[in-house]
This record gives sequence, structure tokens and C-alpha cells, in this order.
Amino acid sequence: MTTDAGLRMAATREAYGPTLIKLAEAGYDIVALDADLSASTGGKKLAEKFPDRWYTVGAAEANMISMAAGLAAAGKTPFAASFAVFLPGHCFDQIRMGIAQPNLNVKLLASHGGLSVGEDGASAQAIEDLAMMTALPGFSVVVPADLVEAEKAIWAAGTTDGPFYLRVGRPKLPVLYDESYEFAVGRADVRREGSDATVIACGLLVHVADQAAEILAAEGVSLRLINMATIKPLDEAAVVAAARETGAIVTAEEHNVIGGLGSAVARCLALQAPVPMEQVGVQDRFGASGKWQAVLERYGLTADGIVQAVRRVLARKTA
Amino acid sequence: MTSIAPAIPALQAVARRIRRHIVEMTHAAQSGHPGGSLSAVEILTTLYFGDVLRHDPLRPDWPERDRFVMSKGHATPVVYATLAESGYISADLLPTFRQLDSPLPGHVVRNQPPGVEMSGGALGMGLSFCNGLALAARIDGRSNRSYCLLGDGELNEGQNWEAAMAAAHFEFDQLTAIVDRNGFQNDGRGDDIMRLEPLIDKWSAFGWYVIAVDDGHDLAQLADAFAEARQIRGRPQVIIAPTVKGKGVSYMEADPASWHGKGPSDEQLQQALEEIGA
Repeated sequence: MTTDAGLRMAATREAYGPTLIKLAEAGYDIVALDADLSASTGGKKLAEKFPDRWYTVGAAEANMISMAAGLAAAGKTPFAASFAVFLPGHCFDQIRMGIAQPNLNVKLLASHGGLSVGEDGASAQAIEDLAMMTALPGFSVVVPADLVEAEKAIWAAGTTDGPFYLRVGRPKLPVLYDESYEFAVGRADVRREGSDATVIACGLLVHVADQAAEILAAEGVSLRLINMATIKPLDEAAVVAAARETGAIVTAEEHNVIGGLGSAVARCLALQAPVPMEQVGVQDRFGASGKWQAVLERYGLTADGIVQAVRRVLARKTA
Repeated sequence: MTSIAPAIPALQAVARRIRRHIVEMTHAAQSGHPGGSLSAVEILTTLYFGDVLRHDPLRPDWPERDRFVMSKGHATPVVYATLAESGYISADLLPTFRQLDSPLPGHVVRNQPPGVEMSGGALGMGLSFCNGLALAARIDGRSNRSYCLLGDGELNEGQNWEAAMAAAHFEFDQLTAIVDRNGFQNDGRGDDIMRLEPLIDKWSAFGWYVIAVDDGHDLAQLADAFAEARQIRGRPQVIIAPTVKGKGVSYMEADPASWHGKGPSDEQLQQALEEIGA
């Protein structure tokens, strides 16, 4: 499957199983746990090559998280996977006291993040997970934009000491990067240079922002586009440079406008480089059931939604 | 006749010193959890001094060590007192319990001090943590065991039963849980708050090998129970230990619901020390 532009299509969650296998093949002492969603997360693929490295604990996420803490305490590098709505929704206390406080080397793979779960509706659409996870001291929080970035982020998590939260998604998206892409935790990727305003996006919204940039370019707007895959630690230098050099910021994310990428950028701007800012995101309400494209449309998480936000922020910049 | 019988007078002396530390620490801090610490004294004494736990106080990070996991993570006085008596830490530190910059925080924090395996205080996580330890031991082919101390009130938490299912499913026979069955929890008498009985049947139904001792303060019974648990293959084991909350201090035994989370006064400390006799 490819896009009109000829890009390959793949879901970011598809990176999980193959990258686990690569980590095990490279000699990393990983153990992967699932909680009855292994077909969706892809974690079970590890068992095909390394049957003693993958386990399912049934639909019991709290037990899975504390087991992962025990594995890490015994020297393993455990991954634990479920839907983003359960990690941390079901298990915040286990993550907080079991992993974050003792700074254990556990990697959480949160699949089906955001509204793009689609038909399963509000119950299954995590719009607050980034708020919960970024509030925990010591956690790195990463939302990859495409398959390649997801592979590199999972690899980075598996090979870097410390707790990680990796949010991947359900739908197939354009593959934006190739193998030459150099991902680093905490480093933004400037996908497009520009001088009038900057869009800072993560996850699914990165390719949507690409489309918005094309629309605005046709109107003569020079847009900088930053893929901010790492929400924490935030690449503050990239945010401040964008504020100083373009004077207007729009964030875009599949998350509540409270507590996610937009909040992190707003905090950075307020403290270091205040400029007009607009947020594209979920406006503090729960999701809805429907085709995922239709849900994103309803909530304004579209190229048009980003274009309108850029126009608003440009009006404020020049006012 | 248990094999540790000749050692029992010495173990009883250790238990008395641990009790003394517990009341002194909670008196000094004017807070902390004496009742549920005193109920667990013989359990920890047997584990650490009764030749049950394979450990080395000089090497708290020894990979081959057995792990003791304090799931009822509020009962830190008995943990720190036991670590002091074992030689992990100096007893001089005990009076700093719960003070800022002390290495002895109010609830268990992993590696604070070394010898504390898990961060807790939020109840219900320890048995799952031990599942992870047991899985790692299995993958690595290690023989080390995990011992998890659970409060009976703590068994209200659903995660324990997720963990119990998993331990039996994975046949973790290097895992032993101990239930400190003191009958009281924060709000009062456990049976009034949330009925646990039939507790033996519950654990059995979950696939565990159950050892019910008559008296959780009887060192010989506890030693026999741990020895029996060690012989079991293919199943996790649970020792259900009936205990007395506040054991060894008469006014706490008489009113256990009041002694979950507060420290004794100066006069109460003196009375407690006289009764403990250490």
C-alpha cells in the first residue's frame, strides 16, 4: 500500500515485534510481556525466534507492569505492551511507584494511542496518556511519526538505560523517513525550514502537518515544520529557536490540549521565549466512535485544522 | 522437633531487639506503623536469622541472593530493624527514621537503604514484582527464591489475585508468599471491612500450595513452614500466619485498630520497653 505520492504505508505499531527481534539478536537481555493484546501490539513476534523471551500474562495489566519492574530489578531489560488507554490508564500507580520512583529500566510500548483508534470509541482512545506520563519524574516519552522513527525509537529505548514510554498508533500512515534518518531521544527533527511560523507536531499529525505546509506554501506562507517525537525531555533549544526565528508557534497532536506536546511547548515558550501560539489537539473532551479519519475530521486534527491555526497565529503575530 | 530448636533462644533475643527498635523508631518519629510491624517480627526473624533467606548483608546486590519483598510497604520499622540486626545498616541510623535526609523513609523505597528490594507503600504490587523476579531467575537458570510478605488487609487489592493467578500459571515454585494475618487494617477489624475467609480455600483455588501455621509468632512453626515450602515443586507456596497486631505491647494488642499508624508517647514507650524486655 502506498500514498498518492508513492510513500509506503505502515502503522507505527508494526515496528514493535521486528525491533524486539533485532534487539534480542544483538544480544540485549530483553524480555517482552503482553496482556492479551499481543496480536495488536505485535509483541508475540519475538516468541517466534526467542520463545523464552516473550510472555503473556492475560488481561491483567497491573500484574504485567509490576512483573516488568521485578524483571528490571533482576537485571533484565523488560518491555511491557498494551493499549495506550491501559498504559498508563489502568496502571498509573504501578508505573509510578514500581518503575518511575526507583528509576527501573522498563520500556512501555503503548499501542493504539490517540483518537485514530477509530471505531472502538472514547473508551479506547487515549487522549490523556502523555499528560500522565510526562508528569512522572525520569520517564522519557516518545511519540514516533512513522514506521522508521518508531523502529529507531524502540531501538533507542532498548539500548538506553532508564524508563521509556513509547506511544505508537493503529492506522497505517505514510512512511516519511528512510533508514538514513538519525533519531535521537530528545532531539527534534526540522522537516522543513521556514520563516513565517512553525508547526511543532508529533505522531500521526506530522504527516498531516506536511500537507498543511504544502497548502500554506501555495499561499506564500513560509512554514517551519518540526517533528517533536520526544515530548520529554523536550528539545527546548529547537522550540526557542523556532520562536525567535519565526515568531509564531502552532502545536499539533493526537492528545488533549492539556498536558501533552502543546502544554510542554507552551511551558517552554512562556519561560524562555514568549510568542503567539495556537494548539491543534483535542479540546478537553473525550473521543467518539467512528472511522478514524472521520473522528480526526470531527475533532479538527486535519491539514485544514492546522492551516486555520497557522492563519490565526499569523494574525496575532502581526497584530 | 524442628532443626532450628537449639537456635530458638537466640532468635527470640533477636526478635526482642527488633521489637525494641520498632517502638523506639515510631516513638522518635511520632509516626510510622508499629502495629503491623510488631505482628511481622517473627516472620522476618525466621527469614533473616533462621537460615531461610540466602543473603549477604555485605553484598546487598549479590545476584544469587534470595529476595525478601515487603509488599505491605508501610511496615518499614520491622524492615529497618531487621536490616540493622542483620548488619545491612548501623542501628545508629534507626532514630533518624522518617526524618528529612534519613536513609530510612516512611514507606519502602528500593535500595534506601540497600537491602530494600522494592519501592512500595501503595499496596498490592509485591507479589507481581516477585513474579518478575521469578521469571528472570527461570530465564537465567538461577536457583534463588523470592519471599513476599503480604498484609491481610492488603489482600483487598485486586492486583494480588492477578499475581496469584500468574504465579500458579507459570508454576513459579521459587516463590513463597507469607500472609501476616493480624486481622486488622487501617480502618479497623478486617472481617468487618472486607471479608477474606475462607482464605485457605481462596489460595488453594488459585493453584497455590497452602501452609497454614497455628501461630505466626512461633519461630519453630515458621521455620518448619519455610522448610516445607522449599520442598514444593511446580507450584508457588503461601504461608498463612495468624498473628497479633501490636504483638508484645499490651496496650497495642488490646486496641490494635488504634495502632496502625502512630507512634507511642514517652510513657507508652517506657511501658513497651519494659514489656518487651530487650
